[in-house]
Amino acid sequence: MTMLGNFDFDVIRRALPYLFLEGMRFTLTLTALAAFGGLVFGTLIALMRLSSYKVLGRIAGFYVDFIRSLPLVLVIFWFYFLVPYIGQWLTGASRPITVGAFASSLITFIAFEAAYFSEIMRAGIQSISKGQPAAASALGLTYAQSMRYVVLPQAFRNMLPVLLTQTIVLFQDTSLVYVLSIPDFLGAASKVAQRDGRLVEMYLFAALVYFVISCVASYGVRRLQARIAIVR
Amino acid sequence: MIEINHVNKWYGPAFQVLKDCTTSVAKGEVVVVCGPSGSGKSTLIKCVNALEPIQGGEIVLDGVKVNDPKTDLPKLRSRVGMVFQHFELFPHLRIIDNLRLAQEKVLGRKHDDATAKATKLLERVGLKDHARKYPAELSGGQQQRVAIARALAMDPIAMLFDEPTSALDPEMISEVLDVMVDLAREGMTMMVVTHEMGFANKVADRVIFMDRGEIVEDAKKADFFGTPRSDRAQKFLSKILQH
Repeated sequence: MTMLGNFDFDVIRRALPYLFLEGMRFTLTLTALAAFGGLVFGTLIALMRLSSYKVLGRIAGFYVDFIRSLPLVLVIFWFYFLVPYIGQWLTGASRPITVGAFASSLITFIAFEAAYFSEIMRAGIQSISKGQPAAASALGLTYAQSMRYVVLPQAFRNMLPVLLTQTIVLFQDTSLVYVLSIPDFLGAASKVAQRDGRLVEMYLFAALVYFVISCVASYGVRRLQARIAIVR
Repeated sequence: MIEINHVNKWYGPAFQVLKDCTTSVAKGEVVVVCGPSGSGKSTLIKCVNALEPIQGGEIVLDGVKVNDPKTDLPKLRSRVGMVFQHFELFPHLRIIDNLRLAQEKVLGRKHDDATAKATKLLERVGLKDHARKYPAELSGGQQQRVAIARALAMDPIAMLFDEPTSALDPEMISEVLDVMVDLAREGMTMMVVTHEMGFANKVADRVIFMDRGEIVEDAKKADFFGTPRSDRAQKFLSKILQH
């Protein structure tokens, strides 16, 4: 009772502009860009895995297995500290190059999501019957055209609910950038909490916001899934 | 137009699907390929536009060797129409876009020209009012007529039909066959894998009978239905015609 008795709603109210205009904006931007980049590269990796060139398939398979066996938070951390030195080595510069925390975390998330999205897109492409690319080929479409106009749009549509669910997981995972002290939504809440000494209020509120957004989004995905099922 | 010379094909090292198949289809000729299931007839027709590779022999289409690694396959395939057993319309595209896609992306036709051509062909197969619908909204027979129109939109020099009516409900078979009969009478070069002996009787010039990967009989229509020479063809005919 004492905990709730001391509960200060006003500290949350005062922090709202900072939390949402700075923190949530960062979180949503990172989520959207990482999802988009992950989808693009994930689709390429999926095409490599399904390619008739065995070497490409093996490289893509290794990449996916490698990424999936690493803890995300460690990679975010290491990548941020290593990239300046890798960049220095690659460009031959005399000092470590500067890479912003945002760019570094975005690259890490795209690399991770590409691995996850590639598995989803691979399943999506395999769900299309062989007759579809055959019909596209018979009309004279090249492999690339057949993928672009016939197979991938259908694979994407079939997998849209799964892709969106993965994006919700990504939305939650972006909070891991706290290890780089980036003011994403959780980072912003954490800063206010430390500054004002109001840890209970801020962390409870942050949890509630993540919970509500994820719940609403999941509900939206289920509605969408039902609609797609009817159309098909 | 289509020449098939000593074609051999294996699935894996042990199973030979096509054994030394030799035949041809002349310009304007209608050739029906029939035979029991598993006889290799569908495989043979898919080799004609290289949807299936062959391991021996050669196939020549309008003077171009199909199984030559240097052949521009997409270009070659765009000149031959193909109709599949399961229609294979693109379900995410409206009917009109199913007919426009390859016209624009492969032949480079302008959008308006492709639309005009598509509309004309839909009218011809009696489906002009369905242009804005999606394939799933049409019956099987309607979908197959769209598939024929889609192939014709490319102005093909020949048409390949792979069991075009065997996935259809009985009452829809005739609407598809009617379109095919019209095509045949207009002089289209056609190679048709089918069990519809009525169709063969009506418009075929020649009938090929296949069994276990071999072309057992390749005869003029009258000869085939009159006096099939092989036992296997006789047995097949008696089974298929007795009902």
